[in-house]
Amino acid sequence: MPEKKIRVLIAKPGLDGHDRGAKIIARALRDAGMEVIYTGLRQTPEMIASAAVQEDVDVIGLSILSGAHNTICPQLMALLREKGMNDVTVLVGGIIPEADIASLKQSGIAEIFLPGTSTQDIIEFIHKRIAR
Amino acid sequence: MNDKSKSITPTAPPPEVSSAHRKPSAKEQAWEKNTLQPTLEKNPERQAEFTTISGHPIRRLYTPADLPDWNAERDLGFPSDPPYTRGIHSTMHRGRLWTMRQFAGFGTAEDTNQRFRYLLAQGQTGLSTAFDLPTLMGYDSDHPLSEGEVGKCGVAISSLADMEVLFDKIPLANVTTSMTINSPAAVIWAMYLAVAEKQGADWKKLSGTLQNDILKEYIAQKEYIYPPEPSMRLVIDTFEFGVKNTPKFNPISISGYHIREAGSTAIQELAFTLRDGLEYVEGGMRRGLDVDQFVPQLSFFFNAHSDFFEEIAKYRAARRIWHKAMVERYGSKNPRAWALRFHTQTAGCSLTAQQPYNNVVRTAIQALAAVLGGTQSLHTNSLDEAWALPTEFAATIALRTQQIIAHETGVTNTVDPLGGSYFVETLTNEVESGAWEYIRKIDAMGGMVAAIERSYPQREIAEASYRYQMALDKKEKIMVGVNDFVSEEKHLDTLQIDETVAHRQAERLTKLRAQRSNDEVARRLNALRTAAKSSDNLMPFIFDAVKSYATLGEICDALRDVFGTYEEVAIT
Repeated sequence: MPEKKIRVLIAKPGLDGHDRGAKIIARALRDAGMEVIYTGLRQTPEMIASAAVQEDVDVIGLSILSGAHNTICPQLMALLREKGMNDVTVLVGGIIPEADIASLKQSGIAEIFLPGTSTQDIIEFIHKRIAR
Repeated sequence: MNDKSKSITPTAPPPEVSSAHRKPSAKEQAWEKNTLQPTLEKNPERQAEFTTISGHPIRRLYTPADLPDWNAERDLGFPSDPPYTRGIHSTMHRGRLWTMRQFAGFGTAEDTNQRFRYLLAQGQTGLSTAFDLPTLMGYDSDHPLSEGEVGKCGVAISSLADMEVLFDKIPLANVTTSMTINSPAAVIWAMYLAVAEKQGADWKKLSGTLQNDILKEYIAQKEYIYPPEPSMRLVIDTFEFGVKNTPKFNPISISGYHIREAGSTAIQELAFTLRDGLEYVEGGMRRGLDVDQFVPQLSFFFNAHSDFFEEIAKYRAARRIWHKAMVERYGSKNPRAWALRFHTQTAGCSLTAQQPYNNVVRTAIQALAAVLGGTQSLHTNSLDEAWALPTEFAATIALRTQQIIAHETGVTNTVDPLGGSYFVETLTNEVESGAWEYIRKIDAMGGMVAAIERSYPQREIAEASYRYQMALDKKEKIMVGVNDFVSEEKHLDTLQIDETVAHRQAERLTKLRAQRSNDEVARRLNALRTAAKSSDNLMPFIFDAVKSYATLGEICDALRDVFGTYEEVAIT
């Protein structure tokens, strides 16, 4: 039986349009053999949670550079729990002050990747986490 | 396209890249054989190929053989003379230093007003306003989509009342102000003009710059609201309004900065920005504006990235291309329309979160490139901006960096000190020629709006950005502290903006809506809607709405009702 591909939703929540990072990650994960769905810009937590359910993804990657992470992340995590998506791995990449990292992880974010992370590190993290 | 566009002639072919047909002199050939080859055999070079940060190949040595057809009087000329390679003023920074204009904005209008006055007291010579994301997207601070974003990436401005506070005790008649706002640019400009009017400043003497470059939003920064056609109409409305009412104000800053930040190469930044510029010129001409009257008010904005000589070549090439295009494509007779004026900002995307103090060094070198390239105005980034908006401490060092370049290094003592360098002249030719190639391609697609609609520049930038990331991952390109020379980190204190900003803004909006005449607001918004359906210039209607204290969100919504909104085709 062929191995099932890891399914990833790359999402850009909030009003920010800086999508360089999101697009690089989407392409790098696809090149690494994953099935990647990119939401496009300006997604609300509701839109992201619905897309995650509909696409039945293993991983959600959020790209946030605007400082709105403390508002967006807990809202999304609550919605995912409501929808019964307790197993989905949620990752955040972008500009996140060190002081906010602990509380984001407490809200259920699996890992936070800061500027300068290589795409390889993210790919390895996902492979380890979603061992098939 | 109407009849007027037919008068636009195609662009002349670009100059040849000289290195393609190099004919080294006998002496150069002898040096290669007798000196260079033995060295290379004994000590090979560090890399097989040397390239700029954009991937542009660079030769070991540049000699007269690289410039066989180069003519100093024709290709270099003299400062303030065509083709402007050496700069647009005859004495350049000997006569007047560039404007030191630090981009600032956070929290409420009060917070930013305080930072503005601090920067002016520190010797800054112009203001530059950063707005928060809700303002950039045309939402009031209390809109549901603004949650979590108020005051975070810039200052929150929802109405004329906020704008009055932002410029409190700052005489707009004497200070030049730049405002980084695009889709709602006409609305924010109307607020600015209303504050100036209240201060008793003469509009005819007001000087400053509105970013107002919607094309690069579709291409790179993605803060658009309306579809391209009505957005372009709003931009041309500001040109037309500006020619009549504010002759010293730049109604647009045609920006390559964000294109570069999105991952483009230097040549792409140059080409897409200047092609955007041509699109605006042609839009103005279709409106019936006189090129020689409105083009002198158009200004530009470029990035200063880390590859020193490539950046300098880019600024020099930009001036040559603009001159050629104005004269040959549009038959401009006014030298003021030929001279490309630009602001520069050092590259935010080059800053590292790791070892942040290294960013001071990066920024200084980038700023030096901008100065040697002949910039008119400069923003230097702060060391902490890979983490947050800058603290006052970090912003002060960034300003001091410019002051050190201006007053200690001696680079301002002479005009275009690199002019005549075999390398710089060759690279200028190559960057120019590479940009013309893109410009011709976009011409063939039917212009920039057509190219954007088929995602052409977006795709080119995404490709370049991915190539660079792969080069970093493979360590073919090095970022100090990120993929090499990594060391232990010390904690950095950064600026925190909390949710009290959003609460204060929401309270202020509630009060505003209770105090103003809501009938008057509704009447003026309706007039704006009606005008939007006609071909009238919208600036007077927007100005009327602003003066009745209609909010930014209400005015943008009125235009959303008529114009609709834009969704891009997401490419990855």
